[in-house]
Amino acid sequence: MSMQEFFAMGGYAFFVWTSYGLTLIVLVVNIVVPVFQRKQFLRQQALKQKR
Amino acid sequence: MKTARKQRLILITLMVLGAGIAVSFALKSFNENLMYFFSTTDVAEGKAPKDARFRLGGMVIKGSVERPGNGMMVRFKLSDFNKEVTVEYTGILPDLFREGQGIVGNGKLNSQGVFIAEEVLAKHDENYMPPEVKDSLKTPQKASVTGQE
Amino acid sequence: MPWLVIIFLLLLLPGLYGGLYLAPPDYQQGDSYRIIYIHVPSAWMSLFIYMVMAVTGAIGLIWRIKLAEIMSISSASVGACFTFIALVTGSLWGKPMWGTWWVWDARLTSELILLFLYLGVIGLYGAIDDKRMASKAVAILALVGVVNIPIIHYSVVWWNTLHQGPTVTKMDKPSIHVSMLIPLLLMALAFKFYYLIAVIQRARIELLTRERNSQWVKTMVSENDQ
Repeated sequence: MSMQEFFAMGGYAFFVWTSYGLTLIVLVVNIVVPVFQRKQFLRQQALKQKR
Repeated sequence: MKTARKQRLILITLMVLGAGIAVSFALKSFNENLMYFFSTTDVAEGKAPKDARFRLGGMVIKGSVERPGNGMMVRFKLSDFNKEVTVEYTGILPDLFREGQGIVGNGKLNSQGVFIAEEVLAKHDENYMPPEVKDSLKTPQKASVTGQE
Repeated sequence: MPWLVIIFLLLLLPGLYGGLYLAPPDYQQGDSYRIIYIHVPSAWMSLFIYMVMAVTGAIGLIWRIKLAEIMSISSASVGACFTFIALVTGSLWGKPMWGTWWVWDARLTSELILLFLYLGVIGLYGAIDDKRMASKAVAILALVGVVNIPIIHYSVVWWNTLHQGPTVTKMDKPSIHVSMLIPLLLMALAFKFYYLIAVIQRARIELLTRERNSQWVKTMVSENDQ
């Protein structure tokens, strides 16, 4: 099977790859958001303590 | 276990049970409306609406698909292994439409008892296998058309 | 945590390779059925996480254990994500195969209600400032919503639906070829580990926010600040 055939997904490329792509985005965002929230929390609390 | 905790546990159990009983009664009374489609037996027995649109589900009988004329019109027979209904449809069929597969059509019965579909959806079964395996199967699998196993 | 990530990747990568490359196309659906490898595990997770959320919620209500409350609310957002993925990938699978993006049959509608339950839980929790009160309110909502779980699972058996019946959880042997089943199970396990990773992440930040006035958080903040 060639690379091209693999990406074509038997003509269903749009549906298959959109599904996998969207899933990847949602799953990554779900992991990254708490990391940012944590950083933001630490920054805010540090500011509060200085006051 | 302390009495307060015990009370909370009993309260929560009762709450979940109560919600369950209430919902099951509600579902029972709406049972008809929760059916996505009528079966061909329903139509033959006159249970389906006469002058309104409804959905009809069943298996496309092998060898029944014909295209009278040169247009887009397709005529085929649907069955639930009990009664048959003739369906006419003009338009593009989904990829999965083929003889022996389940489909759901949305439309009306005409005066001759033919179901004039305005929309046809394919209902695939729950079997997944490679084409080679399907070919090697001598006995055709019983397709589940009504959703029941 | 690093171990969880390693196990997750060790399950995910062979799962993806098996599902997208090794597994043969389906005899009826061709390659479009490959959406199954994210759709079905996500749908399973949406039900599983809801049960975790409801049970930990109940534990929090009865025994007033803070950790259970935190686990419960941290699960909600992960569960909502999986429900969303199950709905969207189902839609992307339904269009080429059924011929429609969406139908109001019992399975699809009850799964949509599950998404609303998750969103209700998240919204209600955010609306109440006292987080211990919020946890109680949310646990009650989650527990009442538990009735939806068997409805989702049995919807395809109890009613006529466009969605097909169960494949893997059938009482007799699963009606999916073994070469297609193995990647599916790998993906399902991978998603379980993803949930563990995501829920621990969420729970950490939730714990920090709740305990922001306690000494250990203050020490941590000042150490982090230097």
